[in-house]
Amino acid sequence: MSTVMTPEPSTETAFVTAGPRGRRRRDKSVDPIPWWLTVIGVAVAVYFILPTVFVIPMSFGSTSSFQFPPREWSLDLYVNFFTNPKWIGSLGNSLLVAVMASALATTVGTAAALGLHNLTGRLSRFLRTLLMVSIVTPAIVLAVAVYISFLQWHLVGSIWGYVLAHAAIGVPFVLVSVTSALGGFDPQLLRASASLGASPLRTFLRVTLPLIGRGVLTGAIFAFVTSLDEVVIALFLRAPAFQTLPVQMYNAVTVEVDPTIAAASSIVVVSVTLILLIPLLVRRTKRR
Amino acid sequence: MTTIETQASPAETTTPRGTQIDLRDVTKDYGLATPAVDRVSLTIQPGEFMTLLGPSGSGKTTTLNLIAGFETLTSGTISLNGVDVGRLPAHKRDLGMLFQNYALFPHLTVAQNVAYPLRERRIPKDEIAKRVAEVLELVQLPGRDDHYPRQLSGGQQQRVALARAIVFDPKALLLDEPLGALDRNLRAALQSEIRRIHREVGSTFVFVTHDQEEAMNLSDRIALFNSGRIEQVGTPEELYRSPETLFTARFLGDSNVFELGGGATGDSVGWDGETWKTPRSTVASHPGVASSAAVVVRPEDVGIVAAGGKVPAGRNSARAVVTDVEYMGSYRTAMLALGAAEVRGRARIDAFDDSVAIGDQVIAHWQPERQRVVAA
Repeated sequence: MSTVMTPEPSTETAFVTAGPRGRRRRDKSVDPIPWWLTVIGVAVAVYFILPTVFVIPMSFGSTSSFQFPPREWSLDLYVNFFTNPKWIGSLGNSLLVAVMASALATTVGTAAALGLHNLTGRLSRFLRTLLMVSIVTPAIVLAVAVYISFLQWHLVGSIWGYVLAHAAIGVPFVLVSVTSALGGFDPQLLRASASLGASPLRTFLRVTLPLIGRGVLTGAIFAFVTSLDEVVIALFLRAPAFQTLPVQMYNAVTVEVDPTIAAASSIVVVSVTLILLIPLLVRRTKRR
Repeated sequence: MTTIETQASPAETTTPRGTQIDLRDVTKDYGLATPAVDRVSLTIQPGEFMTLLGPSGSGKTTTLNLIAGFETLTSGTISLNGVDVGRLPAHKRDLGMLFQNYALFPHLTVAQNVAYPLRERRIPKDEIAKRVAEVLELVQLPGRDDHYPRQLSGGQQQRVALARAIVFDPKALLLDEPLGALDRNLRAALQSEIRRIHREVGSTFVFVTHDQEEAMNLSDRIALFNSGRIEQVGTPEELYRSPETLFTARFLGDSNVFELGGGATGDSVGWDGETWKTPRSTVASHPGVASSAAVVVRPEDVGIVAAGGKVPAGRNSARAVVTDVEYMGSYRTAMLALGAAEVRGRARIDAFDDSVAIGDQVIAHWQPERQRVVAA
């Protein structure tokens, strides 16, 4: 189930941010797409979507059975998800952590992108790479490192531990999307704004932020979804008193064999898909 | 009607019309071999149209950025109406600025762009609307309020930028090569537009350009920059007719340059066996003239007669060979190789005069009063 939600970072970011340009390019009739490419495309799409196709019907099965296709249809699993404090509580925890982590990651990532944009040369490239490291580091390595250091700082099992760790893995997404938004930003506008009497803070609010806002929003959403979906670090940091939804889902499969996981998965898949569509919808409305 | 409105509007809310800008020993040093701006002193009078002219890298743009507050001073002072602003951040200096690439805010409409400085100053809404309408009328761009910058042509965008830069009645307007990105015809149109608005608003304008023609057309005075220093300050006519140095003479317009290889003292100088009168009034006061000087003559002041012909009395002259004749439409230019050293020069001749041909041996001559002896 995790495969559906884990965003393949570079391609998905590119997909979301390069939306209008891609659409325009498609409008121009270039070479026709060969049939075999269509076949491959459909095959890949089916491969990715298939797990979702299975899990959503299963979520409408009964509490006793856990099979596909379900023998009887009911909303029992959803009722259980929303009434059992183990499930609904962990969803609340996940949302709380994701909101705070993505807020922190967005602030830090945007500030870093703005700062690095004004720097040039080797130092800036080095810092950029350093900030991107968590994307290429295996999750388990990251988790062990976080666990060891958080043990010393007494952050294991605390909500702040989750927020800090998830914010750290969210920063690269914000950095990438804001940097790409800054690519089309004319620094002369900052001077123009200053000459018109606006302080640096006012300039940021009235000029910079509106112009890179889409990049900031995209980054924030990816940071949010990444946190919502993160399981490895969360497994290390979990405590009886505080568990996130992915950890509860992991338990449901490995420890309890609880079919409610089908409802949980469906809810996560649908809501994450909706969240990822936000930047596209925002663009639509802005274009009028 | 336009004039009545503009006179009642922003321009008169400040006490004096225009601001005096004083630069004293202004220096900007990036730590390179030579400072970008090196002890520049200049007084710009209230309401004056001053152009900072010079080749690229001469420090004119850096000087403008120092006035605007976009760069920090290494040393020296900048004051507006006697108040030192050298350490003030850009947004507190109250100076309007026009950029080469317009620098309009792409996410705001024309009206919102123009209202930007007024909103920063917390001016009431109805007053903003009134002023925006007035200033858009002044730059002759009414009815475009709801357009976005990308929907306008380059010339229209620069008009919006101009409106935005003057709507808050700044102490002075700084213009950083604002016409550089426009094509030739549009340039000419906006030049006269800028001149008209300077007249109507009566504010101090500081204009940066590397285009000497533009500088001559627009300016009350020109400060010519050369490697971080001011070479000469004066009216366009002073700089063109009475350059102090060879750099100035060469930068503004075409010239025939006769380097003397030594100083010019007394009433005459010698060049290639000729003796030329040098009336006092034609000798630059620059101290360098005494050690190394050159005689400069503009092409339009040079006449030519065939070798052996009669040179008008009282004129200085030099032997020459015609190497080419260029037809320029309203005149012709004879390209000359002057004297034994075959110094390249040019003389302007009548468009209908086809008596001069390539290879002709001629004598170039001019009135001594029209020449200039400069420091080389």
